Amino acid sequence: MAESHPGQYMAVLEDSTSETGTRRMVLNMGPQHPSTHGVLRLLMELDGENIVSCQPDIGFLHTGIEKEFEVKTYQQAVTLTDRVDYLAPLSNNLGWCLAVEKLLGLEIPPQAQWMRVMLAELTRLNSHLVWLGTHALDIGAMSVFLYCFREREEILKIFEMFSGQRMMTSYFRIGGLALEPPRGWEQRVRKFLDVFPSRIDEYENLLTNNRIWIGRTKGVGFISLEDMLDLGVTGPMLRAAGLKIDARKDAPYSSYEKFDFEVPTRTENDVYARYQVRVEEMRQSTKIARQALEGMPEGPWKADAPGIVLPDREKMKTQMEALIYHFKIVTEGFRVPEGEVYQVIESPRGELGYYLVSNGTAMAYRVHMRTPSFGNLQATSKMVQGTLIADVIASIGSMDFVLGDTDR
Amino acid sequence: MLSENLKQNPIATAVEAFDGDAVKAGKLDRGELTLEIAPGKIASICGFLKYDQHFSRISTVTAVDWFPAEPRFEVVYHLHSVERNQRVRLKCRLHGEDPVIESVTPVWRGADWYERETFDLFGIRFLNHPNLRRIMLPDDWEGYPLRKDYPVTGSRV
Repeated sequence: MAESHPGQYMAVLEDSTSETGTRRMVLNMGPQHPSTHGVLRLLMELDGENIVSCQPDIGFLHTGIEKEFEVKTYQQAVTLTDRVDYLAPLSNNLGWCLAVEKLLGLEIPPQAQWMRVMLAELTRLNSHLVWLGTHALDIGAMSVFLYCFREREEILKIFEMFSGQRMMTSYFRIGGLALEPPRGWEQRVRKFLDVFPSRIDEYENLLTNNRIWIGRTKGVGFISLEDMLDLGVTGPMLRAAGLKIDARKDAPYSSYEKFDFEVPTRTENDVYARYQVRVEEMRQSTKIARQALEGMPEGPWKADAPGIVLPDREKMKTQMEALIYHFKIVTEGFRVPEGEVYQVIESPRGELGYYLVSNGTAMAYRVHMRTPSFGNLQATSKMVQGTLIADVIASIGSMDFVLGDTDR
Repeated sequence: MLSENLKQNPIATAVEAFDGDAVKAGKLDRGELTLEIAPGKIASICGFLKYDQHFSRISTVTAVDWFPAEPRFEVVYHLHSVERNQRVRLKCRLHGEDPVIESVTPVWRGADWYERETFDLFGIRFLNHPNLRRIMLPDDWEGYPLRKDYPVTGSRV
């Protein structure tokens, strides 16, 4: 079996000759293979071009982020969450902030909630664009990549406008947002949302009826819904198998219940269906972001919680209390009541859960991140077993995993 | 025995009715149900929850280290029922010396990597696990980084 040759890049199993008379071979793919989108290693046992078994090997990107959470104050820890799933930083910010706010029992003003929804949906677009571009590139459609990154650039510029950072935004903070929304953000976002639906049409023109694309993706990468639920798969993969599951609908957070959107599903349960689901999700995300833009409530963008949220600069110059709060938050953080919560949000990849245990101090006692990529990757063996080696790239591409999210 | 506010909870009462000795404590805090299960009973309770109570998914398995208190470890399971749109958290307390618990991978195959991760980072062994090896760290790594007596900084000598 593949497992008995962990250190070898390629090994011919002399003792195992299959029924067809060919010799079995263990082939190593990764961790530097460009199509694995990070440092994933697959050990595949091949019989000719058929995959007999496949063992994913992960952990190359393990950086001990969960341990790091235990020595950072709650606000400092926001920056760690960006680096977990670096294609969807704001989703991770949101999950962490909601978990801490749930323990604190903190009420977030409507404008901050809606702004969070809008930016989280732009993050979903960002993540899906990277997925679509690289997935198509893997399968051989190079131009889609250039188109997708053109729009992604616009989204990153919007993020930069809000937070000063393109990728590691850390824009959501416990109690609201990090900074006041910048002047002119409405025009910038509106301009993007006005053109984006036509850009999705462009991608679809390139792919949806493309015979090569259909040939490479239809009927490929099937795995039954029962297997996926059992193996811990979440997100668009389940929706492509016909299950209408979405945390934004099932357990609404950050006032998602006030938005009107559909959860797209397909029943074919192959790579093509997953493509269709994600493209439709991009349209729905555009719809949500537009609703948030048009209906953005007036009011404060951070909660009225002096000991938790940093005071305004102006107040710090005139009020003693504000200065004291600022000093205390920055130097020692704030205490969070004892308890534990498991906060789930729908990240672009699926169920993102933050399990947070507090012992009443200014730092988290234990944080466990239930990341969607980790759960989804477990299905790799099952999905590619018995298929052709040429379909592996399409199959694992359709899972849309990020290795930073897997290894943490 | 269940506390008063759990007597109305359908999941807690169902588990209590299935095996009264298994439930050691329970709480409903911030809308989240937590049941503390006797460590020896975890596999049977999980099987009951999956096949009888429609908890078709396991979200995650992890642990919390309460060093230096004893029993030191808490193994934490988050289950999810898609049909009922409900979640439940199960907990088992284990002593620090040779922490061992039965694996739930035979119930949900998805628990496989989560248990391996918990083994890797906490040193908790899972009986009947099909492939209990390190998953994040190299095979020759010494120590279990997420334990509280493992330093946060410093290099391995």
